[in-house]
Parts: sequence; C-alpha cells; structure tokens
Amino acid sequence: MPLIALVRKEVIPVPRKISMRIDGEMISATDDQSILQAARANGKYMPALCYMEGLSPVGACRLCTVEVSGVNRLLPACTTPAADRMSVTTNSPKLQQYRKIALELLFVERNHICAVCVSNGHCELQNLAIEHGVTSVRYPYSYPKLPVDVSHPRFVLDHNRCVLCTRCVRVCAEVEGAHVWDVASRGTNSLIVCELDRPWGESTGCTNCGKCVQVCPTGALAEKGRAVEEMVKREEPILQLVSRRGAMS
Amino acid sequence: MSKVRLATVWLDGCSGCHMSLLDIDEGLVAVAKRADIVYGPLVDAQEFPENVDVTLVEGAVSNQDDLKLIQTIRKRSKMIVSLGDCAVTSNVPAMRNSIPVKKLLERIYVEGVQENPGVPAQGVPPLLKHAVPVHDVVKVDLHIPGCPPRAEAILYVITELLAGRKPDLTSKVKFG
Repeated sequence: MPLIALVRKEVIPVPRKISMRIDGEMISATDDQSILQAARANGKYMPALCYMEGLSPVGACRLCTVEVSGVNRLLPACTTPAADRMSVTTNSPKLQQYRKIALELLFVERNHICAVCVSNGHCELQNLAIEHGVTSVRYPYSYPKLPVDVSHPRFVLDHNRCVLCTRCVRVCAEVEGAHVWDVASRGTNSLIVCELDRPWGESTGCTNCGKCVQVCPTGALAEKGRAVEEMVKREEPILQLVSRRGAMS
Repeated sequence: MSKVRLATVWLDGCSGCHMSLLDIDEGLVAVAKRADIVYGPLVDAQEFPENVDVTLVEGAVSNQDDLKLIQTIRKRSKMIVSLGDCAVTSNVPAMRNSIPVKKLLERIYVEGVQENPGVPAQGVPPLLKHAVPVHDVVKVDLHIPGCPPRAEAILYVITELLAGRKPDLTSKVKFG
C-alpha cells in the first residue's frame, strides 16, 4: 500500500488555479476540487447529505445537485470536477423543487418516525427537511419491514432510519481501514450489511471505534442506551483526523 | 362580521396536538373573538356540522370510523389543516403498518392477555390495512408537522388564516 501511494503521488499533477462563477460571483478554485469543494471553500452554502469532507464522494443523495450552464442536465456538485470558466447555479426554483423531491423520497423509502428517534433534533435529514420547507410528503409511504441489529455490545443499527448515504461504509474503509460495512442488494432493497451479512456483534473486523456511528447523519447508527433526542453525533474528531492525512487520490 | 367556523378533530393520535393547541394560552382569547369552535374533543357537538370554514385534524387515518369521518369533514369543510406528525406522516400509528392486521390483533388480544382472550368484534371500528396520513385519503390544504407542533406555530397558522392569508411554514416547523 505505501509503495502504491508513492507511485501515485508522483503522477498526481500540481493542482492548477482556475476561475469559475458560482451564482454569478467569480471565485478562485483549483482543478482538483469538485464544484462542492470549490463552493464551500469560498463560503458558499451547499446542501448535502451523503458528502463528508475527507471521504470519497459518491453522489448518492442528490441534494447538492446544481445547474452548470451549457450542460443540459443537473449534476451533483460533489462528484463533478470544478473547471475553468465554469458557471454554476446552486439555487434556483428548479433545484429547490428537485431537492424537495429527493428529500421526500428519502422519507417514504424507510420508516422515519422522528418522534421516537434517538436523533430527533440532531438529525441531518430532519434539518434539511426544515430548511427546504418540506412540511409534508407527496408520495405514498412504503412502510417496509426492516430489521434492527442490536447484537453489538455498544452500538445499534436501525435500518428503518438509514438513508443509504454510505458514510459509514466509507469512513470504515477509508479512515479506520477496517471495511466492515458494505451495501447489499439493489434499489429499494439495498441494505447496509456488516461484513458478508452477519450480525454486527459477530464481526471479526470491527474495531469498535464508533466512527460509523458518529458520521451517520440520522439515527440509523447510534450508541446503545440513548433515549429519544439523546443521540448527538460528534463528527469533529473524524474531520480532524482526515484533515491530517495526505492528499486523497 | 360573522365568526369563522372552526372545527378540530381527533383521529388516531395521542391528543398531544390538542394539548399544544390549548398551549397557545392567551392566544385562545384572540381566537375566540374571531372564531367559534363548532366541533371537536373540546366542545359538545355530536355530529360534524355543515359549513365549517377550517378543520384542524389531529391523528392518522387508521380505521373505518376515521375514514368515514374524514370524508364527511372534507365535504363539509372549506379547508382542512393536518395538525401534527400523525396527520401529516402517519407517525407512531404507522409503526404497526408492516404487521398484517390479523396478526397484530391476535398478538395483542389473544397472546397478550391473561383473561378472556379474543379479538373484539363489536363496539370498535375495524382497522384499515395501514394507518395513513390524512392527505392519502382526502385533499389537505395545509400541513403543520411536529410531535406535537409548537403552540406558536399553531397560533401563527390560525392567526394568518383568520386574517385571510395563507401561512408560510418554511423553517417554522419540524417533523418530530
């Protein structure tokens, strides 16, 4: 692994300075940044759920969707590279509408019952809904029957509250280096699984570090023994950890 | 000026939203000056009246009685407001939705009791397959999420409606 990293480091070109427009305002960025990174580095707000600084972007939640002039479709800002002379719109009625739809679809896919959730009041999904003025959901709820894994001595995995952002998968593989989590199945049947689908408590690779719990934006991963509203996540130590690492390729 | 005819109704919920409505405190006096409460758990009317201006609905639609009542309410109300998470999202009542009704009732009334096991057949309305949000069965004009919605949000909505404006609840309310 260190050898590969060395070789790769040599071929990574020096980031080039670029200029681009975000909502009409000219900003400076580098061509190794995504639109989202460039925007946030310039103090522009971008909503996002699956994106987390220091983890590889996956474009799963579609909340950071933007319009790029000259491109006929909407693009996720987290996975689209910033480019010189690019002009990006981050907030239009059309984008607002699509973001609302994306949020509502997340709500109907699983059983998000805020009133009885450990993360009520500290949930990124809930906060995004407030921010986007989602006061009801236009689609029928699917009421899936989903398991709750309580086999781990310290943590719980409640699939009812999972939005499949895969932050847990990525933080475990990329930061902790354990790669305990993965996604099984497809589409609406997708489920976060521990190793080759075994109870979390029987995992041989889990280091009990809890990084997955702290980066989970909802109450899907939580510490045991927390009552409603008691689960406050701490992302700071993980963000500090990733900021001390070398460049991500 | 004639008073606005306001109704409230309690479907499958815990009455917490009605408690939050009472929590608007002195706001009730201002509301009472402008509106009559013509139906609901807070007043005596037995039958849902005709020509209601606004009906605040607490609770999910869970059984045949809820369904019949909400359909009547829709016919007789100019405006329906879903009040609280149960009405808006089906919330806690929906936690039974992944369990078949027959199995659910047997678990509670047969397996779960010491004496006289048996699913009640008389005096209680049959459950629907799912507890659903109000807007799944009738048109809803406004949603106030929250478990319960904050008293200030309820007062804001009623005040705006009484003034003939459409309330904008963006950033004023939350689920849960």
